[in-house]
Amino acid sequence: MAGLVYFSSASGNTARFIASLGQPAMRIPVSPKDEMPSPDREFVLVCPTFADGEGRGAVPKQVIRFLNDPERRALLRGVIGAGNRNFGATFTLAARVISEKCKIPVLYRFELAGTETDVLRVRAGLDKFRGMECLTV
Amino acid sequence: MQRKALRAINWNRLDDEKDLEVWNRLTVNFWLPEKVPLSNDVPSWATLRPEERQLTIRVFTGLTLLDTIQNTVGAPSLMPDAITPHEEAVLSNISFMEAVHARSYSSIFSTLCSTKEVDEAFRWSEENVHLQAKARTILDKYQAGEDPLKRKIASVFLESFLFYSGFYLPMYWSSRAKLTNTADLIRLIIRDEAVHGYYIGYKYQRAVEKLDAARQQELKDFAFALIFDLYDIEQKYTAELYDDIGLTEDVKAFLHYNANKALQNLGYEALFPPQACEVNPAILAALSPDSENHDFFSGSGSSYVIGKAVATEDEDWDF
Repeated sequence: MAGLVYFSSASGNTARFIASLGQPAMRIPVSPKDEMPSPDREFVLVCPTFADGEGRGAVPKQVIRFLNDPERRALLRGVIGAGNRNFGATFTLAARVISEKCKIPVLYRFELAGTETDVLRVRAGLDKFRGMECLTV
Repeated sequence: MQRKALRAINWNRLDDEKDLEVWNRLTVNFWLPEKVPLSNDVPSWATLRPEERQLTIRVFTGLTLLDTIQNTVGAPSLMPDAITPHEEAVLSNISFMEAVHARSYSSIFSTLCSTKEVDEAFRWSEENVHLQAKARTILDKYQAGEDPLKRKIASVFLESFLFYSGFYLPMYWSSRAKLTNTADLIRLIIRDEAVHGYYIGYKYQRAVEKLDAARQQELKDFAFALIFDLYDIEQKYTAELYDDIGLTEDVKAFLHYNANKALQNLGYEALFPPQACEVNPAILAALSPDSENHDFFSGSGSSYVIGKAVATEDEDWDF
């Protein structure tokens, strides 16, 4: 069964979403000095966007470092994007960049710390997604 | 008598990394209204009916008033409460950008409207009781001697909630392929306000987490009471503006959605239930055009789409 890995900056929006989801998840640390999580099974990544107006710097550096490891990357199955629609065209750009780089789908997008609806949809979506994985084994 | 040494700001010694992150974001995003070819909207403006033009000008004078307050009073009032010198520097950027926003509406006016129409709308903004009430409610919280954290709450509500009864209209026009250059300019303002609300809300949360439970509860109660009061004014303001073109209910869904986001910026849960926040998809699409919606989990499409090539490259990627 696929696990969850997430990044959340000091503002904690994505961390609050993960807490609402109520499922075990590993956090990519904010500080480069702290140890990276090492997932031992397939996982979905939840990642916020920090792009400037031109889209630069969308994916947090710590997430790039995490994905640069081929073993960790091989277990990535999908990405969920967090962001704010008020950033216009760069809304959840990080998820799109990761999707493109790692050839995995963007599964869902939500704003800030997510709403009740987002939490229900992601829970149901992850269940369905996990079911689909079994069929492909 | 020994006086305390005056301290110069050192950006190479940070107490809070968020200060530099937000400073960089805001400075890279700097813009001026001259960047947007507003005159391309002249033909489109001519297609609006007189009452639609009057509504648009009024909405923009209302937004100008809020930007003026945030420029001259709001952001400066937060500076004495700053924890780090870098926070003060960020607030000075926020203050200045609010002046740019306020100035931008006048660029729209001088490009599209007659002096008489504009003068009439500014007079309206001084006489409209709801607009005056919301501005006054926020200004009261900015007064010297008021609680610094309540000041931050008021500031986040201005940045992340009160603008949206106004921002709705250019997004609506844009969704109908009208005033699209004006909408581009408004999107730049929306982008800035999003960073402002995020940053001030972030500083608020850092301060609140250090307080005892009773004080935390007092602040939370204050925040919810204030958003109720502001919402009450906003729905009257919205009805007065939008009833005639039949958009009031649509705008109210947008208000609920933004009120919830403002509360999230402060670290609080939603006030309005999901069914009250179902924003017209055309308005959401106008807010974030070209951000493509490939929403696998909502089941809106039969298959997912792998992201298209994006104009972002980062030397940190190893693959």
